[in-house]
Amino acid sequence: MNLILDYYNYWIVVFLMMTGFYIVISANNLVKKIVGLNIFQTSVFMLYISMGKVTGGTAPIVVEGVTQYSNPLPHVLILTAIVVGVATTAVGLSLIVRIKRAYGTVEENEFENKDDAI
Amino acid sequence: MAEFIDLVLLAMLALTALRVIFLKDLFAVVMLFGIYSFLSALIFVNLDAVDVAFTEASVGAGISTVLMLVTLALTGRTEKENKRSTVLPLLVVTVTGAALIYGTLDMPPFGDPNNPIHQHVAPRYIEESPKEVGLPNMVTSVLASYRGFDTLGETVVVFSAAIGVIALLGVRRREDLAAEESGFLTHHVLRVVAKMLIPLIILFALYVQFHGDFGPGGGFQAGVIAAAAFILYALVFGLPQAFSVVGAKFLQLMASFGVLLYASVGLYSMFKGGQFLDYSKLAADPVAGQHYGIIIIELGVGITVFAVMLSIFYAFGSQVERSNVK
Repeated sequence: MNLILDYYNYWIVVFLMMTGFYIVISANNLVKKIVGLNIFQTSVFMLYISMGKVTGGTAPIVVEGVTQYSNPLPHVLILTAIVVGVATTAVGLSLIVRIKRAYGTVEENEFENKDDAI
Repeated sequence: MAEFIDLVLLAMLALTALRVIFLKDLFAVVMLFGIYSFLSALIFVNLDAVDVAFTEASVGAGISTVLMLVTLALTGRTEKENKRSTVLPLLVVTVTGAALIYGTLDMPPFGDPNNPIHQHVAPRYIEESPKEVGLPNMVTSVLASYRGFDTLGETVVVFSAAIGVIALLGVRRREDLAAEESGFLTHHVLRVVAKMLIPLIILFALYVQFHGDFGPGGGFQAGVIAAAAFILYALVFGLPQAFSVVGAKFLQLMASFGVLLYASVGLYSMFKGGQFLDYSKLAADPVAGQHYGIIIIELGVGITVFAVMLSIFYAFGSQVERSNVK
């Protein structure tokens, strides 16, 4: 039981990561691929935040009488990563919009043979 | 109890992610992704990362979902049947996953205060930052002061993403949009509710912006929340109306102004004899100087993030309007 509790968070992270990875390599639709990438990305966030947690600790905001805080450093890294993540997702989605305009489809197998169409 | 909540929420997260694989209706996929983001935000709260949870809820469940829905409006909402074999991807994923699981067994146990990650810089941040920087929220201290250079880099990345999106999609001028009908002008309930909510959302964004030094929040979250208010306005009252409130050109100026404001604080502290982004030199008292520096750079971050998120939405929105006209 202890083994499970010690590693449960990490195993779920690996599961989510692999789910995202599977969607990215198996999905045919580009929008779905982006959703897969986002799931993958969130799993990495979850890994960092899980590592920063201290049992019995509290959120890293100073409160009188509390001595045990969780680690603030992963929080900082992930906070900015989330905002950068949505910005890069937006670039990815706009590429999809352009692909739709150029090829008339966003299904991977339908436009990969049309490279010389432009 | 916290462990139990953690177990349940993570299991729900895994199920949500698993469901995405099998759905062909992309609208449902995007909605599930919104749920996935909200669940992650809850887990972040449970793991003490309140600032991160705040960001994930406003960005992941708010802005990402809207952008994906706009993309679906342009590309169609169902995925076509895929005839490719799933054996190879499944094999790759299983092997990689097994290797990673094997790797996690070497990790230190979850939540142990003696883990290596808690031994090096973290104790210094926790013990010294309330005295050195003078803010109760350590995440803000580390984000804006100790790792200020890093955050400047992230702000520039967000800014360049806006340049990328505008270069790819372009923003149309207000005159081109003026003649077109858009928004939900006939839905009275939506209009009234939106009119009541928008000022409150903006007020909340300002609170998050200026209270981020003391509680969870800061420039990143405030910028996204303020952008959400304007996106709601644009969705309900139509893009041309939103353009006349905040124009696209003005937003581009705002986005660059925020980055410049941030960088100029760094340069100013160099002129004062310190190093780049060393706020201690901004005032006679180092702690007061840190305070000024953090308030100004958080404002710069907030302005840039707001302008970038809204510009990106405008760029996508203009595409939808264009395809409606055809």
